[in-house]
Amino acid sequence: MAIVRIPPVLRTSTGGAKEVDATGDNIGDVLRSLGDQHPDTKTQIFSGDGALNRYVNVYLNDEDVRVLDGLDTAVGGSDVIVILPAMAGG
Amino acid sequence: MSPSGAEFIRQIKTQIAEVDPADVHSKLDGGANGNGGVAVVDVRESDEIAQGHIPGAKLVPRGFLESRIEGAVPDRSQHVVVYCASGNRSALAAKTLSELGYEHVESMTGGITLWKDRGYKVDVPRKITAEQRERYSRHMLVPEIGAEGQYKLLDAKVLLLGAGGLGSPTALYLAAAGVGTIGIVDDDVVDLSNLQRQVIHTTDRIGTPKVESAEITMNALNPDVKVVKYETRIDASNIMEIIEGYDVIVDGVDNFPTRYLLNDATVRLKIPVVSASILGFDGQLSVFAPYEGPCYRCLYPVPPPAELAPSCGANGVLGVLPGTMGLLQATEVVKLIVGAGEPLIGRLLLYEALGATFTELKVRRDPECAICSRDPGEISDDEMGVFPDYEAFCATAG
Repeated sequence: MAIVRIPPVLRTSTGGAKEVDATGDNIGDVLRSLGDQHPDTKTQIFSGDGALNRYVNVYLNDEDVRVLDGLDTAVGGSDVIVILPAMAGG
Repeated sequence: MSPSGAEFIRQIKTQIAEVDPADVHSKLDGGANGNGGVAVVDVRESDEIAQGHIPGAKLVPRGFLESRIEGAVPDRSQHVVVYCASGNRSALAAKTLSELGYEHVESMTGGITLWKDRGYKVDVPRKITAEQRERYSRHMLVPEIGAEGQYKLLDAKVLLLGAGGLGSPTALYLAAAGVGTIGIVDDDVVDLSNLQRQVIHTTDRIGTPKVESAEITMNALNPDVKVVKYETRIDASNIMEIIEGYDVIVDGVDNFPTRYLLNDATVRLKIPVVSASILGFDGQLSVFAPYEGPCYRCLYPVPPPAELAPSCGANGVLGVLPGTMGLLQATEVVKLIVGAGEPLIGRLLLYEALGATFTELKVRRDPECAICSRDPGEISDDEMGVFPDYEAFCATAG
């Protein structure tokens, strides 16, 4: 069970939750588990072909999964996954 | 019978090591790192130091020696040469340093007077007024800033994009810190709804251009600061003209098109950007130093769709939050200017106010980055800030 941190713009899709527990052995499985629990997050995180949307950054602990193994990056039980979209407010 | 003052000093000199200016000069001259591993400490008063000191000397008046020497020379095993005007106060200082555990301390005979007589080089510090010395005294006391750092701040040119939520606290503290030239770009006027967070403006200035309102407050706080006002909206037609010549740019803009445009232009001109953004109770902060670390497009290659990019106006923001994030920006600006600490390059700091949590993420340079993977000369005017659908994006996202 990993913890997924939800950014403000996605919290309407998670009922306001800032963190969601999700299961899976890799990033793709964990994010799909999140999508199963909160279906509205699916289209915001994944593109039509099942890849990560380019405008969404996903971090395993403090590292961008794109420099690891992307959706195949292995996830341990104590890992924290951060979903990070850009913000422009000033 | 107690000894006279002169006799006391003579006795002290028998208990310490002394060194001739010629030896100090050759050590400093021959050092591979510019000082030969020797820490030279000037223990005279500030009005004496103003007449000139040995290049690279640490300035620690004898009256503050015990309290400040660790900041100037943290390593007690380092070779320390102390000097004053003629070699008496430095002898007393050398004795004190030995008692504090400094292992290799020497007092320079004849002091700066003999050093000058020998024709060795002297640095004459930049002149600042007594009022400036008082105003910035708390900076001068910090070893990481000191007088040299304060001069750098006074000589620095910083451009603030936006005099809004983030720009307000940043402008206030950079003005207070004595940043010599602060440019502000904003085409808006002060609105009542701004005042919950934009603390540089005041109720009686509602309707006044923000750049004018900011200038009034900054000049009232610190008349040293030259405020350069740009009452305009930055775009591809004016950005190069506006930002060129600034040392650091502070990004506090409220829209994506300008953030990407700013990134592309600053990469081209190699100007570091201290960037922050806020929404609700969340803030993000990073320093984008072109070619030294990642750029904004390395972190966010493409902007999110409008429904995932609400503005503060549409979604609200905790009034204190831009204060928190803006002051973190101001801190990074000061660090970049004085060269202190580890700037937030290649790192993204997330602040979540409700949970009172900070999270740090790594940001890597993208070898495929559309902008910073190329030489600055290869980035054309036509490419900067290019996002074909941005006008529509802006209109939707607000």
